[in-house]
Amino acid sequence: MTGKPRRAAATGARGQGEGAAPAGKPRRVTVTSPRTAAARRPRHPLTREIDEQTRLGEVYMRSLVRTQFRLALFVCTLLACVVGGLPLLFLLAPELRAAELAGLPLPWVVLAGLIYPALVGGAWLYVRQAERNERDFADLVERR
Amino acid sequence: MPVSQIAAVVLVMLATVLIGAFGIRMSRTTSDFYVASRTVSPLWNASAIGGEYLSAASFLGIAGLILTFGADMLWLPVGWTGGYLVLLVLVSAPLRRSGAYTLPDFAEARLESMAVRRLSSVLVVLIGWLYLMPQFQSAGLVFRTITGAPPWAGSLLVAGVVATNVLSGGMRSITFVQAFQYWLKLTALAVPLAFMLVAWWSHGRPGLAPGDAWALPLHGREHPVYETYSLILATFLGTMGLPHVLVRFYTNPDGRAARRTTLVVLTLLGAFYLMPAVYGYLGHVYGMPQSDTVVIALPGRLVSGPVGEFLTALVTAGAFAAFLSTSSGLTVSVAGVIAQDILRGGVRAFRVATVLAVLVPFALAGAARSLPVATVVGLAFAVAASSFCPLLVLGIWWRRLTTAGALAGLLAGGGLACAAVVVTIIGGPHTGWAGSLLAEPAAWTVPVSFTVMVVVSLLTPSRVPRGVARTMVRLHTPETLNVDRGDWRPRVM
Repeated sequence: MTGKPRRAAATGARGQGEGAAPAGKPRRVTVTSPRTAAARRPRHPLTREIDEQTRLGEVYMRSLVRTQFRLALFVCTLLACVVGGLPLLFLLAPELRAAELAGLPLPWVVLAGLIYPALVGGAWLYVRQAERNERDFADLVERR
Repeated sequence: MPVSQIAAVVLVMLATVLIGAFGIRMSRTTSDFYVASRTVSPLWNASAIGGEYLSAASFLGIAGLILTFGADMLWLPVGWTGGYLVLLVLVSAPLRRSGAYTLPDFAEARLESMAVRRLSSVLVVLIGWLYLMPQFQSAGLVFRTITGAPPWAGSLLVAGVVATNVLSGGMRSITFVQAFQYWLKLTALAVPLAFMLVAWWSHGRPGLAPGDAWALPLHGREHPVYETYSLILATFLGTMGLPHVLVRFYTNPDGRAARRTTLVVLTLLGAFYLMPAVYGYLGHVYGMPQSDTVVIALPGRLVSGPVGEFLTALVTAGAFAAFLSTSSGLTVSVAGVIAQDILRGGVRAFRVATVLAVLVPFALAGAARSLPVATVVGLAFAVAASSFCPLLVLGIWWRRLTTAGALAGLLAGGGLACAAVVVTIIGGPHTGWAGSLLAEPAAWTVPVSFTVMVVVSLLTPSRVPRGVARTMVRLHTPETLNVDRGDWRPRVM
């Protein structure tokens, strides 16, 4: 939180408070240029911008919500294409309804089998990406 | 023959009550009573969600409907699994982060309105009762097939055990009971299935007759294309609005765990739902009568002798596990809402509410026309999809949702769907387009609900809740960040 000059001050204060600093021991003082401290970190951490609902904080929050929403929308669109597309496919290409795969009717192989691992796979990829988005956001906000 | 089945039923009931009693010692405070103090591990939690979710409709109903209507009904288990994918991406983590125990809690936290909260409570109770009623009916049907007793006897048995268990143990014991029930149900379908497949193989793998239209999709009902799409919409969007599913998300420690739990749930359900279709297929191949009891009757038909008897007892045990687990979960949710929002709260009110939560659907089960269990549960999904789905999705992702918009959308979507359900159950079955629109209402009630919610919100911009920015922070930021999430807490009873 605090810059180096302030740490030096804090050390000094603690020394006084204990009141037992040996007189012979020289006090340690860190000497730094104020400019390096200024460049090191913003005045407020970003979490405070969010807490105080400043315009900057809002921009960060909206970017997080938008990123997560885009991801959710992408998964839902993909799901809608697969799930909504299958009946359409059977409607438009009636010969597929009676097609067979490995001796079993094709619609059954897809709807009673293959679709389940596909759903689990999609969910796994989503969880990975959603956690990555949150990590990125946390890194961005807490960057020091 | 029935002796082993009766023994199996008694065994499941005893195990349920005993595991429940084991949990009693650990539940002391109100928080224990409701949400198991959040000390449940992810696999336990996921098993419990699976155990709670797989009702009589999944265990018996799907196979029965597939046997009756053919390939179009394969969408039912697909939707009941895929609904968790939609729930995962749109709802799971933000809902956990909201800190709400129940759907009305979420409505209050997000919209800062008691009116929306009360309307949500009414809808939770209605969906819960609509879901409980066919469970009790189904229990009566199975009990009659085993013992010849009148249908109300089986319903009463299940209703009694559920009420006792919920009254004594609360949620903590329910979590253990539910987790146990998932694995019991999985075993009870898988083991007989393995034996039946061996028998089927040894019979020379009989298949469908050439040109059998039963196995073709978009076939067998009046308006198959509309009904298929409506079924897909109801099941995929309805899952997130089921009261007994959402309450379990609170038992995850944080939003990230809620996502991972959902992923495990999806896997567990996917494994389970591979099986009912095979039961339906074998039932058709062996010419079983079209009924919800095909799952119970099939093992005895294919495997003879004591092994067949044992397998029949096993599926019967699984069926009763299904009745008990779903009914217990629903009862806890419905009773919680009645106790908190209608009575004055506290453990005593919860007990009164439990009795109410069980008694009403038990009475309805005796009075209402008996439809296939999966059909009625499908209607409950349609009501949830047309009311809570828009509330949750817009509430979580859209800042401009207003109190007036939420109220109007819940009333329009939920009201229309409920009306369709009542007309179908009491006056049905109807024929023609009207019949299809009423029997599968989701395809029109869900768009109506979303549209009303959005349009009314845009027309009432002054009624956007004041704390919406803070609520968005609470819903979407990971728990590792130290930010101000507001001070809303669910009301402690």
